[in-house]
Amino acid sequence: MKHFMRFSKISKAFQEVPSQYVYQINPIKNFEPIKQFRVIDLEGNLVAKEYNNIPKEILNQIFDLMISIEEMDNLLYMSQRQGKISFYMTSFGETATTVGTTAALQPQDFIFPQYREQGSFMWRGFTIEQIVNQCIGNHLDGGKGRQMPVHYGSKDLNIVTVSSPLTTQVPQASGAGYGFRVNGENKIAATWFGEGAASEGDFHSAMNFAQTLKCQTLFLCRNNHYAISTPTDDQFRGDTIAGKAPAYGMRTLKIDGNDLLAVYNGVKYAREQIIKNKEPFFIEFITYRIGDHSTSDHSVLYRSQEEIDSWKSGNNPINRLGLFLKKQGLRQFNDDHDNQIRKDVRNRVIAALKHGSEQQSPSIQDLFTDVYDEVLPHLQEQYTQLREHLTKYKDQYPINKFKGGL
Amino acid sequence: MYKHLLKLRYAYHPSIKFTHVHPSTQYTPIKMTVREAINLAMDEELAHDPNVFLLGEEVGQYQGAYKVSKGLFQKYGGDRVIDTPITEAGFTGIAVGAALYGLKPIVEFMTWNFAMQAIDHIINSAAKAHYMSAGDQKASIVFRGINGATAYVAAQHSQCFASWYSNVPGLVVLSPYDCDDAKSLLKAAVRNPNPVVFLENEILYSESFELSAEARDPNYLAPIGKAKIMRPGDHVTIVAFSKMVQYSLKAAEQLSNEGINCEVVNLRSLRPLDRETILESVKKTGRLVCVEEGWPQSGISAEITALIMEAGAFKYLDAPIQRVTGVEIPTPYAFNLEAMAFPKTEQIVDAVQNVLKGVR
Repeated sequence: MKHFMRFSKISKAFQEVPSQYVYQINPIKNFEPIKQFRVIDLEGNLVAKEYNNIPKEILNQIFDLMISIEEMDNLLYMSQRQGKISFYMTSFGETATTVGTTAALQPQDFIFPQYREQGSFMWRGFTIEQIVNQCIGNHLDGGKGRQMPVHYGSKDLNIVTVSSPLTTQVPQASGAGYGFRVNGENKIAATWFGEGAASEGDFHSAMNFAQTLKCQTLFLCRNNHYAISTPTDDQFRGDTIAGKAPAYGMRTLKIDGNDLLAVYNGVKYAREQIIKNKEPFFIEFITYRIGDHSTSDHSVLYRSQEEIDSWKSGNNPINRLGLFLKKQGLRQFNDDHDNQIRKDVRNRVIAALKHGSEQQSPSIQDLFTDVYDEVLPHLQEQYTQLREHLTKYKDQYPINKFKGGL
Repeated sequence: MYKHLLKLRYAYHPSIKFTHVHPSTQYTPIKMTVREAINLAMDEELAHDPNVFLLGEEVGQYQGAYKVSKGLFQKYGGDRVIDTPITEAGFTGIAVGAALYGLKPIVEFMTWNFAMQAIDHIINSAAKAHYMSAGDQKASIVFRGINGATAYVAAQHSQCFASWYSNVPGLVVLSPYDCDDAKSLLKAAVRNPNPVVFLENEILYSESFELSAEARDPNYLAPIGKAKIMRPGDHVTIVAFSKMVQYSLKAAEQLSNEGINCEVVNLRSLRPLDRETILESVKKTGRLVCVEEGWPQSGISAEITALIMEAGAFKYLDAPIQRVTGVEIPTPYAFNLEAMAFPKTEQIVDAVQNVLKGVR
């Protein structure tokens, strides 16, 4: 294990440097805002030709996944309204950021998600069935029915489990990135967070430590304009979140988050820079949350339908990528095929919901496992008491629905 | 009067209806939900004292994450009902600072589970300030939010913090059950010069109770440190607070069909604990069952059990004390697992039957 050792003491002896001084009071108020990197315009025309370098197969796979996620999100949102699952969060309008980024990363890179990154999960192979089973909380769920919906994770796919308290994942990514650097690994820790989550104190600590400790961490901010109902004007001042990053001494990019090619190229560049310089990188994606915050939200209460529609029709990641592919002749299939993809996904989600709801719930033993590395005696005792209670009141509990019964 | 509404950047949806009435009108409804009772308490206190203000995430224009602060932003404006950026550590620190200056903040946490990052401000700043400053610095501040299990929200949204906060000297810790409790205890909390931790329950928000004539009075404040006997009885004492009072009352009803009369004590105040009421009840019945949603180790029931040993009530006990608590695990999500993780009526009935038999 390589350690970062200082071979000479840094001297803080005073030295007069005349260029350090000014002789008039001129406070700094507003920095020049950072501009958004863009490759295709709102109609899918190429405006930065040297970045038209993504293989055709990958572009098509990305497009297929983006429309699949749209269909899946639609259905799962409705299934919550129908009482089939208790909660869901859609990612309408933001899939270019998540899918594009994950496609540009390597499979060994760790991802620390927030909660709106089904694009990252599914690009790496997380299936519709895994998502639905997790949302239902049946015995097939990889999380043993422990977590509320959309709180999935996967060790195999190197994606850390979603955790509810906001922004805690960000300093964790700094820590993991530190480990990767110290061990000389060709890995980065990429972490997602919204512009609202960037108000938390953990954001500051994470950024500061990543740069001072030289962590192989990629900060990915989805600025989707709303944190539940709080618009960006009430969340922060200054030049969005990207404007804060250079103050930490960090390389920073602001990217048009609804432009898939810009996302892909930007993230690819950032990853190379992180591995080469062994320093973190910050990217902010400017995008828009077309849907509600979650199924517990009704966003027309705080924003107008006109505003939502203006983004949905005027600056939509799926439309922009689709138009680009058509104009360049890169889309392998026609509209009928796309409709078929959507139909297949719908059927698959419906089948998964049906199959998932017929499954048994997790075993009651899973109440007591994994609290510690082994089931300690006091928990064993409580398990025994529970079994006695369930035996006594077996008509009051649907025991046949528990995997493994009593 | 409507000018401040025009300044709102976002027109709120016309489907928002106010279901409670301004306290200045003659008629106050007799039955309301706990949510409305808390709303009414905050409304009355905001009107009564210009130093009182409410802050938290989504409390203003969104009408509250659980709609508890509905209508308050429209009535009192953005200077008294403040939507904060997302940082519990940040806005709690700001609120404590305002309180040290002399304002009276009500800090709303979306859930007490998210207040853990702010606990340093609550305990190291608010709770200890008066003592450490030899009485110079007062922090008259109320911290409120939902506590304990809600349903289908798993480990990071379901913890009960009653034992954590009731452990700390300098804090007042209250936990209401019905509308009377919610309204008059919250008013008392706001007017109390000490920092108060107010533990609400999301499921109780939607439950309706009758508001007594006493609690309807806008000047009535509940006494802090007094428990309430919800149902008198001679055979067994059941001590509970918040949601568990409901299950305890159901258990008592069920047991009365078998001729067992339980006295149900609603603690309401966890710190200071109403030791007198608990002891008098145990002296009368000789048998005690403590119910709480939180984990057993170092919980409220553990404190009550120690109290009985120390305060001279030991000789009145006819049987060992029974505790009914949450299972000692992070709360799982799957419906069947979650249902078994917290006490319900059946477990309380079992515990009463055990204490009557004198078995553990």
